[in-house]
Amino acid sequence: MRKISKIIVTAMAAALLPAMAAQAEELISIGFAQVGHESDWRTASTKSCQDVFSEENGYDLSFVDCDNDEAAQKEAVRSFIEQDVDYIIIDPIIATGWDTVLTECEDAGIPVIVIDRTIDDSDKYAAWVGSNFKTEGLAAGEWLAAYAEKQGIEELNVLTISGSTGSSAQIGRSEGFNEVAEKYGWNLIDEQTGDFTEAGGQEVMENYCKSYEGQFNVVVCQNDNEAFGAMTAMDNAGVTYGPGNDVILISYDACTAGLEDVKAGKITADFECNPLAAPFVEEVIKKLAAGEEVEKEVYMVEHWYALEDQIVEFEVDGEAQEMTLVTDEVIEAQY
Amino acid sequence: MNKNSLWSRIKGWSLFLPVMSLILVMAVNIIHDIAVGANPLSFFMITLRQTTGNGTILYGRIIDILNRGSEVAILAIGMTLVVSSSAGTDISVGSVMSLCASFCCMLLAGYGVSSTSTLAVPLIVGVLAGILLGVLCGVFNGTLVAYFGIQPMVATLILFSAARAIGLLLCNDLIVYVRNDAFGFFGGFCGPIPTPVIIAAICILVVAVLLKKTALGMYIQSVGINSRASRIAGLNSKRIIFMTYMLCGLFAGIAGIVASSRITSADSNNIGLYFEMDAILAVALGGNSLGGGKFNLTGSIIGAYTIQAITTTLYALGVSSTQAPVFKAIIVILIVAIQAPPLKAYFKHRSNAKQLQGGAIS
Repeated sequence: MRKISKIIVTAMAAALLPAMAAQAEELISIGFAQVGHESDWRTASTKSCQDVFSEENGYDLSFVDCDNDEAAQKEAVRSFIEQDVDYIIIDPIIATGWDTVLTECEDAGIPVIVIDRTIDDSDKYAAWVGSNFKTEGLAAGEWLAAYAEKQGIEELNVLTISGSTGSSAQIGRSEGFNEVAEKYGWNLIDEQTGDFTEAGGQEVMENYCKSYEGQFNVVVCQNDNEAFGAMTAMDNAGVTYGPGNDVILISYDACTAGLEDVKAGKITADFECNPLAAPFVEEVIKKLAAGEEVEKEVYMVEHWYALEDQIVEFEVDGEAQEMTLVTDEVIEAQY
Repeated sequence: MNKNSLWSRIKGWSLFLPVMSLILVMAVNIIHDIAVGANPLSFFMITLRQTTGNGTILYGRIIDILNRGSEVAILAIGMTLVVSSSAGTDISVGSVMSLCASFCCMLLAGYGVSSTSTLAVPLIVGVLAGILLGVLCGVFNGTLVAYFGIQPMVATLILFSAARAIGLLLCNDLIVYVRNDAFGFFGGFCGPIPTPVIIAAICILVVAVLLKKTALGMYIQSVGINSRASRIAGLNSKRIIFMTYMLCGLFAGIAGIVASSRITSADSNNIGLYFEMDAILAVALGGNSLGGGKFNLTGSIIGAYTIQAITTTLYALGVSSTQAPVFKAIIVILIVAIQAPPLKAYFKHRSNAKQLQGGAIS
């Protein structure tokens, strides 16, 4: 009896093992060292990777949430090397100190794909996939120019509530927008940081309303949370904003709550910062697997949102831009 | 002679330096307004303003200072008592604020819901639960400090690092938006007056009456000056230290609710960030020694509003926000330096010498 069962088990194992091995071979193993989980944007980014690199799609994803700890992130990458994964995805917490780790990856023959944030002191990665913040800024500027022309607004006096000083999003968005402003000769009155938070946006706007009473007609917030705060402050100061009102309110990010405010006629236009990097990363991986050349910098497609009357035609760097009309379906589908 | 004695009486007043600092900070605005050719008193103007929502509110920079300074003023009450009784600081208050705000919003929205305009539980339940959690945090800190004899900095370091993380867990790692007008009341307006100002005023009044009408203030000071001697004199030193930490937690909870109501959401990463430092600074700016013992609550409150006055002044002057911390640091150094004992002694010595000289001539 015992013998028989032993034989059966052995036979089953023998039958199963090659099958399992074959399955493991088919799956492409990927290690992803994520920054942490500090915002809705970040959560959307994580979820995007988990959805795209699922087992059904033929991937085996090892995901590590590094909780904003740079040492833990490098440790995670080293453990991926030990596991001998096929590809490594890193969203680097800080831009420097990567050369040693990336050399180790290179020696192990594992291609690294960097997403979102950048690595400054090493080029030993296959590709970087992320947002072009400067393009976002340029788009916001060119949209404003086209919209003001359509509305017959001649003088633009702009107040900016910027993001955390020195962050790549703040630098890129300010650079792009200010470039356009200079081109058209707009009056940039002031730029103070709201640290990407609602409380920050509220406090800065409260002071703007007093310092520059009746002197501004455009407010640019470098993310949606700052825009929420700015709206409360303008409400209290009796300043009206949104399409057809005193102030044109421009925002970046275009998260669900931001788009709801676009639809409600509060934010005049919202410029997306796309968190869904995974589909673009998958394309890079497919190219690498096929032995094709990949571009070192891959920019994600991003959308610009407004209501119908605020949709105007404009160009950025000679390329015609398409604007998306905000509807309930669009809001539903947004992260 | 009469005038002279009035001046020296003012100078001898314990709050002379804190009040002078506040006045000097505000006076900078008058100079600036004159320099740019505006109404010299435009910084101090308070007007009635029609809001978009058809309300009428008090409007002006002074109102902003009173309004935005509320959280630090509320925290400063608790911090003063803690500093006095235990000669240590509670560095967990900022994180506890965030935790209480997260807990309150989590209850109001329901677990896992990230944005809502309808409340899952009655408003009062959420708010009281949030404040109660603050008290519990205070009990935790107080137990460690008073009964386990752990140094205050180390004991409160635990919640300093853990409370914010627990708040994130409660909120399922998201910012929880409770876009409900009733919840927005605590950080909004009560008639024409900002509600945070009223809440801060009530907190200050209650504690001031408590200190004045009971012997509590004296007990706290005596424990702070010498806890062993106080115990021998019949005071339960441990219980008094424990109580001050509990009160500090209570006020952190209240401040947390106010901060979260302002933005009708729980942004656990940012609510109360670095507020523990401002609260400690408020106590120091108020002329209190961080070495414990004698304290002056009014001084701490003035200190709290001085910090906000500096921030608002820098905005009014249009100082770029990247450079603002440098100016803030310089002003703070000056204020703290003029209150430092060696400088105070030097000025006292000088004025004494002058008086002697004057006496000799007459």
